[in-house]
Amino acid sequence: MPGSVQSIERAAAVLRLLAAAPNGLGVADLGNALGLAKTTVHGILKTLHQVGFVEQDHSGAHYRLSDAFGRLGDTYLDPNELRSRAINWADSLASRSGEVVRVGRLVEGKVVVVHHVFRPDDSDQDLDVGTTLPPHACALGKAVLAFDASGATRPGKLDAYTTRTIVEPARLAEELTAVRAKGWAAEFEEHTVELAGIAAPIRGLGGLVVGAVGLTGRIERICDSRLRHRANLVTMVRATAEAIGRDLREDR
Amino acid sequence: MAEQYVAAVDQGTNSTRCILFDRRGRLVSVAQREHKQYFPRPGWVEHDAAEIWRNVTRVVPSAIRQIGAEPSQIVAIGITNQRETSLLWDRRTGQPIGHAVVWQDTRTDRLITELAGDVGVDRFADLCGLPLTTYFSAPRLRWMLDHTPGLRARAERGEVLFGTMETWLIWNFTGGPDGGLHVTDVTNASRTMLMNIETLQWDDQLLAAFDVPATVLPEIRPSSGVFATATTVLPGVRIGAALGDQQAALFGQTCFSPGEAKCTYGTGSFLLLHTGKEIVRSTHGMLTTVAYQIGSEPAAYALEGSMAVTGSLVQWFRDGLGLIHTAAEIETLARTVEDNGGAYIVPAFSGLFAPHWRSEARGVIAGLTSYITKGHLARAVLEATGFQTLEVVDAMNADSGIALKALKVDGGMTANNLLMQFLADLLDVPVVRPMVTETVSLGAAYAAGLAVGYWPDLEGLRSNWHRAGQWLPNMDPGRRATEYANWQAAVQRTFGWIQTT
Repeated sequence: MPGSVQSIERAAAVLRLLAAAPNGLGVADLGNALGLAKTTVHGILKTLHQVGFVEQDHSGAHYRLSDAFGRLGDTYLDPNELRSRAINWADSLASRSGEVVRVGRLVEGKVVVVHHVFRPDDSDQDLDVGTTLPPHACALGKAVLAFDASGATRPGKLDAYTTRTIVEPARLAEELTAVRAKGWAAEFEEHTVELAGIAAPIRGLGGLVVGAVGLTGRIERICDSRLRHRANLVTMVRATAEAIGRDLREDR
Repeated sequence: MAEQYVAAVDQGTNSTRCILFDRRGRLVSVAQREHKQYFPRPGWVEHDAAEIWRNVTRVVPSAIRQIGAEPSQIVAIGITNQRETSLLWDRRTGQPIGHAVVWQDTRTDRLITELAGDVGVDRFADLCGLPLTTYFSAPRLRWMLDHTPGLRARAERGEVLFGTMETWLIWNFTGGPDGGLHVTDVTNASRTMLMNIETLQWDDQLLAAFDVPATVLPEIRPSSGVFATATTVLPGVRIGAALGDQQAALFGQTCFSPGEAKCTYGTGSFLLLHTGKEIVRSTHGMLTTVAYQIGSEPAAYALEGSMAVTGSLVQWFRDGLGLIHTAAEIETLARTVEDNGGAYIVPAFSGLFAPHWRSEARGVIAGLTSYITKGHLARAVLEATGFQTLEVVDAMNADSGIALKALKVDGGMTANNLLMQFLADLLDVPVVRPMVTETVSLGAAYAAGLAVGYWPDLEGLRSNWHRAGQWLPNMDPGRRATEYANWQAAVQRTFGWIQTT
């Protein structure tokens, strides 16, 4: 059996000390209290800051627990932040694929559209940011559901939108297992007749799935003559999700 | 044959970036490095030009490496830059003389009052198209010559070179002390107050008025045209363009015809309207500026409405007040309330730019009551950008005699949907976002690619432009009028705060 991870033990000790010090503590205070070198403490604090568990005061000299620490079950990434990190990459995906691109995340059993890029043909289209989609019936939804451990955000009843919508929980579970294995999700007329889609999960710090990015379009454009989702589009979508994730994980 | 790309180098106020674009104008890679901001005294803002050049030498190879390309796949370099930021350096050693003085710096305010004298701030407007303010380069250059011991004599002996950032970069790209080319482009030169807006040459009257020796000035070139071949960083690659950042954004939005306009939302925001080959003199507080010049063709002009504080107000809300953790969170906070609750923030942090040009104004929060929450303030912060745009659009419409039919937007703040909807509501026209939000870099790439024949003509570039998003107006006209009246009343309250003695 593997031993315990020392840096996590130390991080837990730092969190305990910060929780007990309402006015916050400096790097030296923590180093003295734990018998650790300042550089070690600084590294731990930097990481805890990056994941949003601690924050710095105005001068930058003191650290304290962030209020997010008490709400760990909430979504940690602000949806508008997700959009601002995704925008360049989503634009590029729309431009390369020639299709509509959306970024979505799971909120209370629904996929909320966080960002929407028009199909680049200058036809009349309406922005649908803020609208919701049924997660079991679209690629964006399946890409996030597959990595949702809580179960709490699972849709209760699986409504049918077309004859192809997956309505049996067992089949959905199978489908999600397949999504996990492939790393991307497909949609084929499950939400709207004649439309298909491809989506991939966006992973933030620590691998947490914070949403998904995907494209939708007419079947003949998304799928090949044997009705398989086109490999080049799948590669583009996955590369886009990876680029957004990399941007999110970078410390700014 | 391996795919070819154009490299845009965007030397901005906060960072230096290199972005590669492919033949269809699509962004393929980005590398970025921030540089240090120096604030030696209140109102002073400086950059270390040596650090900025070092950053250029790092971001360019990094952008190429990211996609596994070879430097030989780069067909041209396009340079775009923060405008008006001014620098002097030693011709022999290549060392900057002190820090570059940044466009936001207000150290020349007393000099401006002196120069304006009894005639007023429009003393040189006929010659250069600009009012006297701390914003432009000439007063800054004069200040540096006056305040560095021995510098004026060295300048007159030709030992010292002046440049805005594109001049500094081109000089370094072409060898620096070892044969570096000392040039600028018409758009950057049009922001100095030293160039005659009609002849597009340095103007003796202006040089005399600012007491600046001609020996320090670079040669003025068209914006798009081969400047030289780089000898370092990308040796052998041609430098095909240089444009000020806002002019580059106009070019990147493919606003190539009179009447086309764009607004770029960044630290500050800048609305530029293409006015064709005609010089339009504003009577409503707009600047007359050069939009671009392609090779030996006549220059295209623009009217510009400059807003000094827009995105930087959100930064202040985050860093100064600590009410949000990231800039994007302001939208989340603003959406916790239905409206501004009666509060208006006028961010006259260093006076007001267009259309007011009041350097003695300072910011206010008006309409405060105990009802106001941080959510209302977040709304007021975003709305300040909307109202400032409306003021500029009103002035622009009055000057040009044509009402704007739609607003093309770009820049980081276009990720903010609440702001984009508010803009559409307030302006009562559709607000349109293009597929490439990085239009500053795209414009520099376009201008450089045109110069080397990578793209054949302007029409080809137009076909790359696609709509990525659009917001349609949906506000009751009565409410719009009331809101605007409230804003204007708040603006009145910022005037005259700094008492001039």
